[in-house]
Amino acid sequence: MKYSKKVMQEFLYPKNMGEIKNPDGVGKIGNPICGDVMWIYIKVGKNKNKEEIIKDIKFKTFGCAAAIATSSMITQLAKGKKLKDAKKITRNDIFDSLKGLPSIKMHCSNLASDALKKAIEDYEKKKNEV
Amino acid sequence: MKQIYFDNAATTKIDERVLKEMLSYFNEKFGNASSVHEKGREAREAMEKARKIIAKSINAKKSEIYFTSGGTESNNWALKGLFFENYPEKNHIITTKVDHDCVLNTCKWLETQGAEVTYLDVDEEGFVNLEQLKNSITEKTIIVSVIHGNNEIGTIQDLEAIGKICREKNVLLHTDACQSFTKVPIDVKKQNLDLVTLNAHKIHGPKGVGAIYIREGIRITPFFHGGGHERKMRSGTENITGIVGFGKAVDVANKKDIEKMKILRDKLIDGILKIENVRLNGPMGNKRLCNNINVSFNNIEGEAIGGYLEQRGIMTSTGSACASHSLESSHVLKAIRLSPIQSNSSIRISISKFTTDEEVDYFLKTLPGIVKKLRRLSPLS
Repeated sequence: MKYSKKVMQEFLYPKNMGEIKNPDGVGKIGNPICGDVMWIYIKVGKNKNKEEIIKDIKFKTFGCAAAIATSSMITQLAKGKKLKDAKKITRNDIFDSLKGLPSIKMHCSNLASDALKKAIEDYEKKKNEV
Repeated sequence: MKQIYFDNAATTKIDERVLKEMLSYFNEKFGNASSVHEKGREAREAMEKARKIIAKSINAKKSEIYFTSGGTESNNWALKGLFFENYPEKNHIITTKVDHDCVLNTCKWLETQGAEVTYLDVDEEGFVNLEQLKNSITEKTIIVSVIHGNNEIGTIQDLEAIGKICREKNVLLHTDACQSFTKVPIDVKKQNLDLVTLNAHKIHGPKGVGAIYIREGIRITPFFHGGGHERKMRSGTENITGIVGFGKAVDVANKKDIEKMKILRDKLIDGILKIENVRLNGPMGNKRLCNNINVSFNNIEGEAIGGYLEQRGIMTSTGSACASHSLESSHVLKAIRLSPIQSNSSIRISISKFTTDEEVDYFLKTLPGIVKKLRRLSPLS
């Protein structure tokens, strides 16, 4: 099993790591039994056209190099995007941005896109409750 | 960057003296040990010299040592050879939940051929439950197969006590001694061992060569059929170069190296345990292999720790699910009752006689920062 240079870079020097205090949405996913837990925090803002965007995003991950790299990558892909576009980020987008993942680690990219979706859903749910 | 190799339970660097001894057997003394001419005799003599060294090191006779391609073959042969020799009159095999995959997967395959297998439990340090062993032996039992020094957590089983039980109950005892050979005394007579798996590449010898000790008089079906090499028990032209290296590796092994490794092992353990929320897996002291350290770091994942260590030039291994081909965490860590998170948080550090004090210091200086960074990144801490 060999990781791409890009995966190693994102693993060793992850971007947007940590948590957001008073986040607008949190997506918690994974299961420590299989070795991966990913939490994504988002802060939602608006762009000039008053559309909702991901203003800030951070992650915390318990997992292997691939899990940390996919977490770091999805935060970069999502940051600044409109919510409706961020929801459309797929595992393939993450895969491509990382210049590939070993096949046995493909589930890590699923985890990252699912965690982001959950964070956005969490925000939307809270918004509708208000 | 300086490379620090802390994965000696996986394989070891060939000792220069071993390499030197082997070289002329590639080109000058390249003969086939079965040939009757000068070249053949030369090869045969070298092979018998190695056999003598290896036999003596475990208090066996020369004629009880058979060369193989390594630990996996020896373990396969011991179990399958005895099973097919005794089946269907007897069909029961006893092994442990902490044996190597090449024993466990052989047993699983033998179950498809009619074998009944008991997998013994171990305690929290990895020791076999002797009472359970006693109670598991039936009149159908052919063999008890127990790993001597555990490859993951370093537990050294009490072979003498196990051997005594097997002798009393009149069943055969096989041990996989790949990790313990030359590090822990093995005496086939004192410990009542009937079959012992040995290999070269864990003891600074070459890969692709191993041996099995089979006590005189034991009936076992051959594994490889062919030209009748190794007294008709293991056909195939002998790997003379490898065998010569194997013999030399056993010859140069010595107690001083063991004592040195024990000191460095304990320095590593003491240093690592200074970090908060770390547990040592396996026993402390003389019941642990002199070169093995296995630790779990709460809330961070083993492969990630290994990746950061490698960035600093340090090579280790992990029992984490993330690093395995099957995404399943170590069966050994599970057997000593670690939770899945603890198993996934483990790394194994295995040193050798070449490990230096400076390497240990560098490791102990490097590790805390990595643990801190990954814990900051972890949602579990």
